[in-house]
Amino acid sequence: MNAEAASTELSEVTGAAARRALAESGPAPVAIVVAYGFWIFLLSDIIMFSALFASYAVLSGQTAGGPAGRDLFNLHHVGVETVCLLFSSYTCGLGLLAVERRRLDGFYLSFALTFVLGATFLGLEISEFTSLVARGAGPSRSAFLSAFFSLVGLHGVHVCIGLIWLLFTVAQVAARGPRDFVRRRLLCFSLFWHALDIIWVGLLTLVYLMGAS
Amino acid sequence: MQEKARHRGSQNAADRDDENTHSGSIAAYTTGLGFALLLTGASFLVSQTHLLWHPGVPAGLAVLAIAQMGVHLVFFLHISTRPDNTNNVLALAFGILIVTLVVSGSLWIMAHLNSNMVSPAAIMEMQR
Repeated sequence: MNAEAASTELSEVTGAAARRALAESGPAPVAIVVAYGFWIFLLSDIIMFSALFASYAVLSGQTAGGPAGRDLFNLHHVGVETVCLLFSSYTCGLGLLAVERRRLDGFYLSFALTFVLGATFLGLEISEFTSLVARGAGPSRSAFLSAFFSLVGLHGVHVCIGLIWLLFTVAQVAARGPRDFVRRRLLCFSLFWHALDIIWVGLLTLVYLMGAS
Repeated sequence: MQEKARHRGSQNAADRDDENTHSGSIAAYTTGLGFALLLTGASFLVSQTHLLWHPGVPAGLAVLAIAQMGVHLVFFLHISTRPDNTNNVLALAFGILIVTLVVSGSLWIMAHLNSNMVSPAAIMEMQR
């Protein structure tokens, strides 16, 4: 009686999502366990980035007489990069929804857009890096530039890995269809891609906006 | 045979859970994108404008960045208060703790080192 009352109360509190009481539901579905494990990995990745953020914040003033951030950064360029990354996150989410609803055409279209936007971001970043090196502001110029290249470069490497991973997931969907394990891998990919956005928000704020103002 | 049927049954249940848990909706993604674009625009505006008191700009940028990270977590990564999400929230809290310790600890220690460091010129002076 009591347990029943408690369980109806619980389902009222948490809404339609928890239709069954927690004690009766048994082990969590595989998708939840996989997403949890991947989330732990993402958090460890974010902690690794936090060390580089800390070193950048400490070293950002140490320009050794060389150029500082406000002489180097082009905010229009950075704005385009940010918009590319935000829209690629959006299309990635739409692709995940499409595959959940078994609309494979929509999935291919959104993931193609995600790839193009991600590749545009990467291309812009590479052109920024090469122009900096050409102007004599390479990573060996000062402690500030070493920290800048390792922080922004590591994010770029992550985007590059994400693009390669995206091609593999699309190939898996094409070869195996939207089966359970393929959709779990797609979920992990989308979590990775969205987490890169979160890191970019921190990077944009600390490196570019605070550096240029 | 029965085993197989039950397995298929649980698989279907897992499928349903899957769709309810992670798919979100187009409206949620669009809301998230709208908020993210708005906050990014605000960040660029705050960093470029001369209307604001200059020393306050970094604090404003930090607030906008944290707000945008929250938007990404809720609308894109689907972190919520649902019971199947408590583990994710706890892991996130631990991650935030470690990130805060690493970043603020490094800045604090290095600022103290900087202000307490004797400059090389002063050491030369002492050795003379």
